[in-house]
Amino acid sequence: MLYAAEETRSYFYTLPVWLKVTFYVVALSTLVVFFGAVRRKWVRYHSGRKDPANVPSIRRFLGGVVSVFSHRSIMRNHRVAGLAHAAVFLGFAGLFIATLVVLVDADILHPLFPEWTFMHGSFYLVFSWLADLCGVLLIVGLLAMMFRRLVLRPPELKVEDRDDVEGFPAGRKLRLDDLAFLLLLLVAGIGGFLLEGLRIHAEQPSFEAWSFTGWMLSGWLGDSGVSSAGAGAAYGYLWVFHAISALVFVAYLPVSKAWHMLAGWYSLAIKPEVVGTFPAAVGTDSGGYAHLTDLTRGELATLDACIRCGRCHVACPATSAGFPLSPRDLILSLRAGAARMLPVPREAPGTATAQVVLTDLAPPEWLWACTTCLACDDICPLGIQHLPLILQMRRYLVAEGEIEAGIQGTLMNVMRYGNSFGTSPRARARWTRDLPFEIKDARKEPVEYLWFVGDYASFDPRTQENTRGMARVLKAADVDFGILYDAEQNAGTDVRRIGEEGLFEMQMEKNLEALGGATYAKIVTTDPHTYHALRREYGDGNGSGVGVVMHYTELLADFVERGVLVPEHRLGVAVTYHDPCYLGRYNGVFEEPRRLLRGLGARVVEMPRNRAGALCCGAGGGRIWMEDAPGIEERPAESRVREAAALKGVDTLVVSCPKDLVMFQDAVKTTGLEGVLTVKDVIELVEEVIRPMDRSEQP
Amino acid sequence: MAKNVLVMAETWRGGITDASFELVALGRELADGLGGKLGVLLAGDGVSGMVGELGAADGVYVADAPALADPEVDRSCRLVAQVLEMDQPQCLLVPLSNISWDLTGLLPARIGAPLVNFCRDLTTVGGGIEATCVLYGGKMEATVQVAAAPVVFGVLPGARPADSGRVAGSPEVKALKFDAGDATVAFLRYVEPEAGDVDITQQDALVSVGRGLQGEANLDLAEELAELLGGAVCGSRPAIDQGWLPLSRQVGKSGITVKPKLYFALGISGAPEHLEGMRDSELIIAVNTDPDAPIFNAAHFGSTEDLLEVVPALIDRANEVKGG
Amino acid sequence: MKILVLLKMVPDVVEELEVAADGKSLDLDFLRLIVNESDDHALEEALILKERHGGTVTAVALEAPDIDDVLFTALAKGADRAVKIEGADQTLSTRDAAGVLAATLPAVGDLLPADLILTGCQAIDDLDGFVAPLLAQALGQPYLGLVARVAPENGKAVVAKEFAGGVLGEYEVSLPAVLGVQGAEKPPRYVPVAKVRAAMKSAEIETVPAAPRPDAPSYEIGEMLKPEPVDRAEMLEGDPEAVAARICEILSERGLL
Repeated sequence: MLYAAEETRSYFYTLPVWLKVTFYVVALSTLVVFFGAVRRKWVRYHSGRKDPANVPSIRRFLGGVVSVFSHRSIMRNHRVAGLAHAAVFLGFAGLFIATLVVLVDADILHPLFPEWTFMHGSFYLVFSWLADLCGVLLIVGLLAMMFRRLVLRPPELKVEDRDDVEGFPAGRKLRLDDLAFLLLLLVAGIGGFLLEGLRIHAEQPSFEAWSFTGWMLSGWLGDSGVSSAGAGAAYGYLWVFHAISALVFVAYLPVSKAWHMLAGWYSLAIKPEVVGTFPAAVGTDSGGYAHLTDLTRGELATLDACIRCGRCHVACPATSAGFPLSPRDLILSLRAGAARMLPVPREAPGTATAQVVLTDLAPPEWLWACTTCLACDDICPLGIQHLPLILQMRRYLVAEGEIEAGIQGTLMNVMRYGNSFGTSPRARARWTRDLPFEIKDARKEPVEYLWFVGDYASFDPRTQENTRGMARVLKAADVDFGILYDAEQNAGTDVRRIGEEGLFEMQMEKNLEALGGATYAKIVTTDPHTYHALRREYGDGNGSGVGVVMHYTELLADFVERGVLVPEHRLGVAVTYHDPCYLGRYNGVFEEPRRLLRGLGARVVEMPRNRAGALCCGAGGGRIWMEDAPGIEERPAESRVREAAALKGVDTLVVSCPKDLVMFQDAVKTTGLEGVLTVKDVIELVEEVIRPMDRSEQP
Repeated sequence: MAKNVLVMAETWRGGITDASFELVALGRELADGLGGKLGVLLAGDGVSGMVGELGAADGVYVADAPALADPEVDRSCRLVAQVLEMDQPQCLLVPLSNISWDLTGLLPARIGAPLVNFCRDLTTVGGGIEATCVLYGGKMEATVQVAAAPVVFGVLPGARPADSGRVAGSPEVKALKFDAGDATVAFLRYVEPEAGDVDITQQDALVSVGRGLQGEANLDLAEELAELLGGAVCGSRPAIDQGWLPLSRQVGKSGITVKPKLYFALGISGAPEHLEGMRDSELIIAVNTDPDAPIFNAAHFGSTEDLLEVVPALIDRANEVKGG
Repeated sequence: MKILVLLKMVPDVVEELEVAADGKSLDLDFLRLIVNESDDHALEEALILKERHGGTVTAVALEAPDIDDVLFTALAKGADRAVKIEGADQTLSTRDAAGVLAATLPAVGDLLPADLILTGCQAIDDLDGFVAPLLAQALGQPYLGLVARVAPENGKAVVAKEFAGGVLGEYEVSLPAVLGVQGAEKPPRYVPVAKVRAAMKSAEIETVPAAPRPDAPSYEIGEMLKPEPVDRAEMLEGDPEAVAARICEILSERGLL
């Protein structure tokens, strides 16, 4: 025997030739099945729209590789699950590479150069040790995952059946898929080790101590009375079993959850650099998505990447409130529809299936429940972008005139009066009347800071006092600022998110005209939605049209730090701060408001869900103008104020968005937390500590 | 020189309407001021027996026939034409109610007379009549004097108290010939509304919402307030059109007329069509951010604060008062 | 079905209204115009009838500021044709406007006879008449106002009219007829700005000259004024809490709380 003296092992050890041949035949057939399924998927994805922005590049590919390997998105908030996955990932990747190495050696090198192999000596020992390590990682990871799924049973892993859409995958089927995936891998892993154990037990080569698991198993086999010969005899049968289990996995891969191993790379590779960019209008009638074939090819492919981890489901404010919307279910429904209906047969392009409207797969109640907070797109470990799909489908609904009556009134108000309140535009600056000084008119004079106030800050009586507070603070800081008075209009952010692109453009045009006629160095705004629109969506879509845009917390933090605003005393209280979606998650402004609060002498205590994990107040996406769905258990704002109230020693929830103020103040009342929690805008705290404005100081 | 006044009375479900009596009272004043006679045109089915209620008039033109049971403008116009042959009134008063709506619009065209619409008051001035009319949803008023005769005046409900016109007596009765004629517009049937769960005419307190409520989501504020006051929620036309409330809760010209002890008007502008339905309420409190809203001319107390702030505060206060 | 819809602009009462220097009319300075609300309902009803029974809808209006926007919006909502009548005095009273319409409509190509002419049953500036009955009389057609529903059936229509207390009266009207619409079956539909802009690019508004109108009895306004708050409410001052407190006092005083 060639191998007794040398550190190596034989493939197909003890197996007869006919079995080897059968194996190769079956393996090849499996590959045919595999690639056949892959091709079907590819054809399905290819029915989508070509996206001019989605250009393959090495950079994106490498970016995808880095995302996958770093496991950064899986680790977020889910350390244990992330580590378990890392173990499975490394284990599987390692064993996959090992298999490839074996394949190269056995099926390519050996036939060509029968005398030569690299699978011996130190190489072999290290190889075998690493392979065993990977196997252990794989099995440990899988067992951890199974423990989490079957024993801990976290709620996000449960997919409920839904009857509000046709063809939604049945919960039972999904659970079977989940288990099959785990079990097939587990069986392959354990089977492989057993096989190694049997072989080592039969051969007893001493160097195989390097294959530590197999060595250990061999020891156990011996202890349980299995003879070397017996081991050798059993080897063949187990080998066949192991081979079959591996090939079954390969064939099953494309039609199961395991597909995410490929789809996930792609999804992470094409994930936009900056999440939350508004999707461009499409060349369909409505400008949005009416049919499955309106989705881009990339979008159709990423639908298949979803592994039902449920993170988007638990992060979504609509889902947790009890609205019918779940980002995960949206993806699953669209995916099931795509699997059923795509590709559209060329012979029958006009058939019913081709014309199935997306809103049959994602009903309007789902789409209108979205607050566009971006939590789903931010948290998805596979980089699936749910929000652009919702926004595109809303465009279609608006084009069809299928919008809630509440929004219709608001849209008409914005169109006619330039504000969502339906008040005369001449009343926009009425809030200034109660100030002891005049604010410069930026339409007529140059100013350093052009303060774009925003609808809610201007018109809503509950926020007007804070707006005046901002004016007083700016005055106290001796800042050269002005407002556009009646020329300012609703920025259109939420109008756009409702799906009324034409109205957004109209608003943008009007505001750009007003801004274009003014002379200023920087724009500052008190409204995060306005901030986002001016900074990222005005002009030619990349915001460069209006210059530097700051949120007032950024400006005031700077002022306090530079001594432009001098706190007269320290706040000395503990507060908690809510990150507005459009300031935080969308634009990454987390630290400036906190720096400002600390600069005022407050101690900032974080809520469990903070920064990018903050729970939306529920007003965005036009929802502030819509009615709640029936059966809402707990509105997002109510959940949030309860979260704030639960913090020890904190009785103030600080906000930096007028809609947040309104939503949370209402929620404090409806949850009975009056007297327990107070909601204040940052500006109130600033006013409390800076040199107070003497009312006799009239200009 | 004609100085007579003619009132188009209307009947509804077996009785002369309050709006008609209001006009009789007004007509009496005008006739006396002009030194002429007051005539009333009374058409309907079984109306002969009602003549005794029109004692304030000098004469009643009666057309009594089953075919006249339901309002049909064509027939009404032809009856008026008959009266005009017998009498030459200076002015004709038509109520601006749903029942007589078509008459107000068509009659002036048929008889070639000018119409002065949306009158809230008529007075005699120097041998003529001056009308004060409501325009632009109540935001403006116009005074009009018309030289020509006859003139048709479309009069808004509430110009005079109905009871002032309800005088027993025996006015002179002149029968009109009624011929059915071809009808290009023929009455078929009434369609009753679905019975609502609540009869708002029986409530002592009503919390009424209008466009200013901004959305159905805020309706529970109104409901909570109504419950505290032991009453019910109702609304102006926009609230029903938007689907926030069923038709059985609509107050106004096409809806229901109510006279509760307390009427809260929240976010209601106070257009004449709505005022008509609630102006006789004992205590009217209006909340509307528009200081020029006509509702404040009908209300006893008002506030221009945002109702979304006032109502919660009111609920809290009321709870305190009740609890403590 | 061939349906005509008449639209007109009226002052938007969201703005503050002021009396002009002559004391008899509205100050035009800050005046904004909006399409008459019940005309909008008439258009909606016409579009609903078209969707249900087929046919065409033509929107017609007299020239006025911003009327083009309204006509393009009508086209974007689904009207097939838009006609603007130019050359008439823009401060015509309702009666005179009806006269212009009555004289001009028959002269416009392919417009009359229409099965139905729909327009709003009233407008806030209808001091001297309502358009629908005036036009009906001039054209010799039947008329019904306060219309809530229209159901055409062979040359006639069953029309529901609003009475008080939510009661409807159903009438059979022979066509062609003129109807004054109070409310459409559904609130006027929303049409996205993008569609209106597309209509502005692709569609055209036909313009026709106004025919001379017959004389009609008319009169002048003596005086226009803001209503005297004779019985104006006692306004409660202060912030919402103060107002609420005062209201509670008032209610308690009267035993209503």
